Amino acid sequence: MEAINYSEKIPNNVNLAGDRALQRALEHWQPNFLQWWAEMGPEGTRNFDVYLRTAVSVDPGGWAHFDFVKMPDYRWGIFLAPAASERKIHFGEHLGEPAWQDVPGEHRANLRRIIVTQGDTEPASIEQQRHLGLTAPSLYDLRNLFQINVEEGRHLWAMVYLLHRYFGRDGREEADALLQRRSGDTDNPRILGAFNEKTPDWLAFYMFTHFTDRDGKFQLCALAESSFDPLARTTKFMLTEEAHHMFVGEAGISRILQRTCEVMNELHTDDPSRLREAGVIDLPTIQRYLNFHFAVTIDLFGADQSSNAATFYGAGLKGRFDESKRGDDHRLHDATYKVLDMAEGKLVERDAPMLNALNEVLRDDFIKDSVGGIGRWNRIMEKAGIPFRLALPHKAFNRKIGSFANMRVAPDGRVIDEAEWAAHERDWLASPEDRAFVASLMGGIKAPGRYANWIAPPAMAINKQPADFEYVRFN
Amino acid sequence: MTAESTTVQVLRQHLIDPEICIRCNTCEETCPVDAITHDSRNYVVDPAICNACNACISPCPTGAIDSWRQVERASAYSLAEQLSWDTLPAQEDVEAVAAADIPLEIARITAEASAGQGGVAAAPWSAAHPYVNLHTLAKPAVATVTGNHPLTGSGASSDIRHIVLDFGAVAFPVLEGQTLGIVPPGTDSQGRPHYVRLYSVASPRDGERPRYNNVALTVKRVTEDHTGQPVAGVASNYLCDLDKGATVNVIGPFGTSFLMPNHPGASLLMICTGTGSAPMRAMTERRRRRIADKEGGALMLFFGARAPEELPYFGPLMKLPRDFIDVNLAFSRVPGQPKQYVQDLIRIRGDDVVRHLNDDECYVYVCGLKSMEEGVNEAFRDVCRQHDLDWDTMLPSLREKGRYHLETY
Repeated sequence: MEAINYSEKIPNNVNLAGDRALQRALEHWQPNFLQWWAEMGPEGTRNFDVYLRTAVSVDPGGWAHFDFVKMPDYRWGIFLAPAASERKIHFGEHLGEPAWQDVPGEHRANLRRIIVTQGDTEPASIEQQRHLGLTAPSLYDLRNLFQINVEEGRHLWAMVYLLHRYFGRDGREEADALLQRRSGDTDNPRILGAFNEKTPDWLAFYMFTHFTDRDGKFQLCALAESSFDPLARTTKFMLTEEAHHMFVGEAGISRILQRTCEVMNELHTDDPSRLREAGVIDLPTIQRYLNFHFAVTIDLFGADQSSNAATFYGAGLKGRFDESKRGDDHRLHDATYKVLDMAEGKLVERDAPMLNALNEVLRDDFIKDSVGGIGRWNRIMEKAGIPFRLALPHKAFNRKIGSFANMRVAPDGRVIDEAEWAAHERDWLASPEDRAFVASLMGGIKAPGRYANWIAPPAMAINKQPADFEYVRFN
Repeated sequence: MTAESTTVQVLRQHLIDPEICIRCNTCEETCPVDAITHDSRNYVVDPAICNACNACISPCPTGAIDSWRQVERASAYSLAEQLSWDTLPAQEDVEAVAAADIPLEIARITAEASAGQGGVAAAPWSAAHPYVNLHTLAKPAVATVTGNHPLTGSGASSDIRHIVLDFGAVAFPVLEGQTLGIVPPGTDSQGRPHYVRLYSVASPRDGERPRYNNVALTVKRVTEDHTGQPVAGVASNYLCDLDKGATVNVIGPFGTSFLMPNHPGASLLMICTGTGSAPMRAMTERRRRRIADKEGGALMLFFGARAPEELPYFGPLMKLPRDFIDVNLAFSRVPGQPKQYVQDLIRIRGDDVVRHLNDDECYVYVCGLKSMEEGVNEAFRDVCRQHDLDWDTMLPSLREKGRYHLETY
């Protein structure tokens, strides 16, 4: 096995070159990672030169390092946001004490679990997206997909760094297991449900990056509040990359909507079948995809009543979104929060202890953020003079986790019976026919500056490149 | 960030395009002075706080952050206004005011050129007061070409020229390190006037020919773009082809930061490639003309080019006394020799470079293509590390003291 040149190959600000124990752990793990990338990473891309952004340092200047790179040679780095001097714990039972630079024994198992759960999503999404490269609507989109893939890979590295550096043998074993689970595998699946779903087409991909990567934003924000300082600083830096992933999703859907609106206005029709004939995705189909991805994503926040969430918060392991900007006592012993419950066949609000409802708090913050995104998409229809508006389904719709699991709730929040669900399921969730139609539009566009018929070109190129820039060279 | 213009009326206001922004919070997180804030609708920049540091530009995933409007300072868009937008307002007509101020294009180029050092740095404390923007797009100065000489050898792959412009009876006072804008005549293929191009002055303040009202420019004929595609640079080809006696529209001068110190004993550490040598030549020539004053202070130059025949001012440079300037030349394309870049020489001369960096009387200037920035930075970082110094903590203090100046394009 060849030794790794640490400062060259793995840009880092964790003094990797001076940490022999960490080097040994990574020397063992890195070849397995590359092996995993070759097997489960983007399919058939080994030789592509891709115009990628590599983070080479954490300061603003180290961000925009753009160059053509073969993905297996991508420099997966390890970065922690700069340390705040004398950072104090700012929530939970340890409020006011200095933040931990090492893992306290009593929180070891919980912290490891949090890090493993986060870390597991990173390779999972790469696995989910590995076939999409074959059907990209443009070189620009193909490049964005690959950028997301390598950055999810870097996020895996970030979590593996924490496991190796702070969790000894257990950590190393967990790091190995991150490369052994497989998205959608019946015997050894990824930990969280949404990460075992398929991402079969680009509409699903944009929905996934818009909603599921936004879940990532909220989870990372909550972890960036952690009393365990290395975790807080790692996730803080990851957030900057997560932003690009959300951008790809939000802008991707915007561009699809824009193209559909154009064709609707050209043909003066809102008839889905005529629009499908014209080769664009009708707005109701987009709404049905949206419903599915939104519901799957809000399941990721976990059960609405959770004693784990209370433990994590009390121990200072995981805060709320924008914890430091909230005006309460940051201990929440007496705080309550409105949660939804079933009573007499209806959904009603009731007060619950906030500590137990922290998953719901984070979920609601996510939903608020998502509403803003829907508003921005709707402005495209507004501008085009088209009356159709997208909407988020009710948060009890199509849930698999929490107290609404397996209840039948319509997108408008009405509790319904099985018969009504069966009668309308195809109106609310993408049907096999919808998916087959969207799949029929997918065909790889490889000419620079060209875009598939069902999606508008982006408003801006990457790194101010010309519109017909060749982002990916296939060699 | 908001580049404040030199007269008070006009502001180049930094805004965020609400149509492109995805509200990811990265800019707010990045901003070192907390100038960015948001509500549930928009992310906005406070014009009273933003200080033109550029830190938010590259982390933005969408490009929405890179939006600018030239506004009258008194009526800059308030936070409340920005929060209410669904789209950016159109550029309002501030031409009447702008005519007396830095053109938008110049402000943009300047901001980009100094981005690598994190925004415009302070000028040295002893720099002379610069005049800026005496001549505007609306009222350019008309200069006459009094010289146009090739600086590169016949075998060179590029054509670099030394062009002398005479302003006659029109005042156009410049300091070493300042730039001026050339307005190529005519319009582009879409009928719009050509953009202004900025050139660093290559002559000292008292003129290329002392006590005459003239300046020299170092102009490379542009025949390909950054990616190597053939393209004829509009302004450079226009300038390189000018005959003696032709007239040129010139605006400026510009630049209040990349200026040389004037106090006795001040040293200069200069690093440049290609036509980035223009300001270095101006400063060196200023000091050469004052050798007799025995003011002290050392000059150290790192100068890179493909080959000796492509190094502007190679001949005159080699004739300068060794005890006047310590010249280090790096050539990257000499057949049979390994490629050498300025950063390699900085490493070789690490001890002396660090001595200069540690000397409060030494001022550092870097000028050349954008691509040299990172290499030079890395080299500084390395030589500092070898002397148990941390470049990343040193750099901000150098900038603050007006001791570090970078201009790349």
